[in-house]
Amino acid sequence: MPFQSTVGDYQTVATLETFGFLPPMTQDEIYDQIAYIIAQGWSPVIEHVHPSGSMQTYWSYWKLPFFGEKDLNVVVNELEACHRAYPDHHVRMVGYDAYTQSQGTAFVVFEGR
Amino acid sequence: MSKKYDAGVKEYRDTYWTPDYVPLDTDLLACFKCTGQEGVPREEVAAAVAAESSTGTWSTVWSELLTDLEFYKGRCYRIEDVPGDKESFYAFIAYPLDLFEEGSITNVLTSLVGNVFGFKALRHLRLEDIRFPMAFIKTCGGPPSGIVVERDRLNKYGRPLLGCTIKPKLGLSGKNYGRVVYECLRGGLDLTKDDENINSQPFQRWRERFEFVAEAVKLAQQETGEVKGHYLNCTATTPEEMYERAEFAKELDMPIIMHDYITGGFTANTGLANWCRKNGMLLHIHRAMHAVIDRHPKHGIHFRVLAKCLRLSGGDQLHTGTVVGKLEGDRQTTLGYIDNLRESFVPEDRTRGNFFDQDWGSMPGVFAVASGGIHVWHMPALLAIFGDDSCLQFGGGTHGHPWGSAAGAAANRVALEACVKARNAGREIEKESRDILMEAAKHSPELAIALETWKEIKFEFDTVDKLDVQQ
Repeated sequence: MPFQSTVGDYQTVATLETFGFLPPMTQDEIYDQIAYIIAQGWSPVIEHVHPSGSMQTYWSYWKLPFFGEKDLNVVVNELEACHRAYPDHHVRMVGYDAYTQSQGTAFVVFEGR
Repeated sequence: MSKKYDAGVKEYRDTYWTPDYVPLDTDLLACFKCTGQEGVPREEVAAAVAAESSTGTWSTVWSELLTDLEFYKGRCYRIEDVPGDKESFYAFIAYPLDLFEEGSITNVLTSLVGNVFGFKALRHLRLEDIRFPMAFIKTCGGPPSGIVVERDRLNKYGRPLLGCTIKPKLGLSGKNYGRVVYECLRGGLDLTKDDENINSQPFQRWRERFEFVAEAVKLAQQETGEVKGHYLNCTATTPEEMYERAEFAKELDMPIIMHDYITGGFTANTGLANWCRKNGMLLHIHRAMHAVIDRHPKHGIHFRVLAKCLRLSGGDQLHTGTVVGKLEGDRQTTLGYIDNLRESFVPEDRTRGNFFDQDWGSMPGVFAVASGGIHVWHMPALLAIFGDDSCLQFGGGTHGHPWGSAAGAAANRVALEACVKARNAGREIEKESRDILMEAAKHSPELAIALETWKEIKFEFDTVDKLDVQQ
């Protein structure tokens, strides 16, 4: 019997930071994450970039940060509008925390190719 | 009004026990746990501690009258029982600001935990906490970058940083060492760490390590599309060599270096932190030797003091223990001092071991690093305890994976992200830890194997140093 190794071969994957190692989220799961951003009191921000520029510090804003937006549906609609306008771009959801002047969270919702 | 010189030995409490004193906002306040020799009254012991850690000496001296000691002396202003302990008591001492050189943690500690700890009238003495006044804090540089800037530089948001120490900690050549760094980073870790024991030994001189590690970091960054780093340990024989290593790390375009702040010393640490601030370099801080100083419940310095001192001396990440892993530390106490690393104001809270309100003003925060005997099963608890502003480091829990370090790294990354996602979605991650991890493992063979490998490993020993509460 030929030798069968139990050791797997781990292949490097290109990922886009937070949640990059999880399978793509379902719509409900994305809603949960946006609801979390709103519940923290953070401002939803949508950013997009061509995949060739994914390591840039600055991605393009979609419109402006949605300061004070509490309506989940508004944010979801804007995410989809951004994706429609730039179908080949990465689109990420950012929760901006004005108190710390930092991003409370950021994760890619649509991966461009 | 001038006084007359009256040679001789006075009781300390005549001068240094001042129960009516109301501490000033600019005073540096300290809480000591004192255990006196039998028969010595508490007030005398407490006053002796105040005297010997400030202006006093055992005998009255003529030259005291050349100055106004009432202005400079430390004063014990309160004595409290230690709950559940009849032989010890807390002494609260106020020190005027002018006793300390601006920005010098070295100077503060030389006074507060200097000769007084060898004082014969005491059996044991422990510095439990210091309230640093804002007037002193404003003279300290603090973290070279702090949490916010570090996140921006590393592009990590919404989750703890994930790291690991390279193992075996001693004996690898530079090239082999760089290989292990590369494996970890390509597998999904953000950061890897030099073991604190790695400085520049015959088997691996520092320059070899720095060059191979830099290549590994850059390659992993290129292949994964994520920002990576490795804490290059710059702890060295002399400050000159320390700076030489730091300069070389900068030349190699590395984002972060490392220092061991207790064995290296506060003067070296403050100097290196200043260098980092000037050069846009992040600074990871290890705490070797701390347990010698902080573990005995009645003698030494509590780690919360050492943590506060580090925030002032400067560092962007500090090891804090894990609560759940192989090293000492109970949950409430740990939460108490990680608050003091990260928050801008920490209220007095004896249930967390914090004896004073501590206002940090605009001082940046320090990432709490949890490292030592932790593995994927601990992930939900670690996230719940430490929150996002932490760095979770799995050494054995990465390299010990049956498929190797890259797969071990991926397993940890999947577990971490699954826990963050579950927490954000409102799930109780500690209660539901098993479900969350098992669900995540369905999409990750690396995690499934890790869960199987470490399913039985626990470190359930009681804590030696507990909070003082009535049992």
